Amino acid sequence: MGGLLRREWQVLARNRAQVINPLAFLFLAVMLFAVGGPLEDNTRAQYGGAVLWLIVLLTNMLSLDALFRRDYDNGVLEQVVCGADVPFLVILLRIGMQWLSTGALVTLLAPFLCLLLGLPGHVTATAMLALALGSPAISLLGAVGAALTVGFSRGGILLGLLVLPLLLPVLIFGTSAINQEVAGITNNAQLYWLGFISMVALTIGPFATTAGLRISLQMQ
Amino acid sequence: MLTLVELACKRDERTLFAPLSETVTPGECVALAGSNGSGKTTLLRTLAGIHSQFEGSFQCEPFLYQGHRIALDELLNPLENLHWFGALDGRTVSDDALRDALARVDMLPYALTPCGRMSQGQQRRITMARWLLSARKLWFLDEPLTALDRQGQVVLNDIIASHIDAGGAVFCATHASLDVAAREITLAPLTEAP
Repeated sequence: MGGLLRREWQVLARNRAQVINPLAFLFLAVMLFAVGGPLEDNTRAQYGGAVLWLIVLLTNMLSLDALFRRDYDNGVLEQVVCGADVPFLVILLRIGMQWLSTGALVTLLAPFLCLLLGLPGHVTATAMLALALGSPAISLLGAVGAALTVGFSRGGILLGLLVLPLLLPVLIFGTSAINQEVAGITNNAQLYWLGFISMVALTIGPFATTAGLRISLQMQ
Repeated sequence: MLTLVELACKRDERTLFAPLSETVTPGECVALAGSNGSGKTTLLRTLAGIHSQFEGSFQCEPFLYQGHRIALDELLNPLENLHWFGALDGRTVSDDALRDALARVDMLPYALTPCGRMSQGQQRRITMARWLLSARKLWFLDEPLTALDRQGQVVLNDIIASHIDAGGAVFCATHASLDVAAREITLAPLTEAP
């Protein structure tokens, strides 16, 4: 397990563009909304949560597209599927790394993003909590789509079409959690739901991803 | 080690070759022949469990599969790649064993060069080091001679010969002939039913 984890880390550390590009997109999108969006504080607070989650979703789509592509092309993936003791473990580690490089980073950067989007200061903690609870589901469910579309050289759009509908609950509860906080209403239910969705995604996602990769490898 | 019973691979609902029954025993090298498109690669991928459209059945013990794709990460150097293959098997390989294997394929000077900067032939040599480190007895090799220079071919034959001497078995698809004494199986095209 240690050896498997070390490789994931080495690849991530040497492939920095894969981490930096989606983050650059995230900041650019937030900046563009800050410049082009509404100026009144009330309106900004109303829409900020939705915009934050939307942009996080799209950023993940950018990063997920590259999740298995290199390994699919160079043959590492077929070795994982046919040679590994537990293919599932390698794939879970890979998804975990993807979450670290997007979901976890975005959670840490959330205070700054909230500021740019004009969300009131008391919402920051909730936004971070909601992102921490909801973003694993984006990575885990998104990986299923990435596994199924990895065989198409231009799978990016297809990935979005496949995965974004699945992520609607995350968007709904995530946005709602922030909006309730803005309005000063309790939002425990929304946060519980985000955690629940992530848990379900964790139990199903890696297995579905492994199965999806097997299907994609058939076509190679 | 490997038993095929009336095995016929299919691709897009089309059967590729006449059903094949074979047994491979320890210490045997089997060369799979057949024209382009006769299904050699598909047969190997089926045995490796990557391709699942087939009729008949087969049984094999734990194996090592080397496909057309080299399966080295371009960003990592040979040592890191080989360490990872050990971890994939659930083993930890010592640095000394790695260096010995790399020396055997004449790639020790490149131990710290990222694989992306190497030529095809050099990468092929690194994959041979992976076979040396593997504990698996049954090897499936798809066109192992590809991109190797003459000296590399000598090393390859040498590695296969010593693997067979040690009681392993090799099942490989190849157009060129190996120097190792090999039993040849030809994939017969399916005769069209009238």
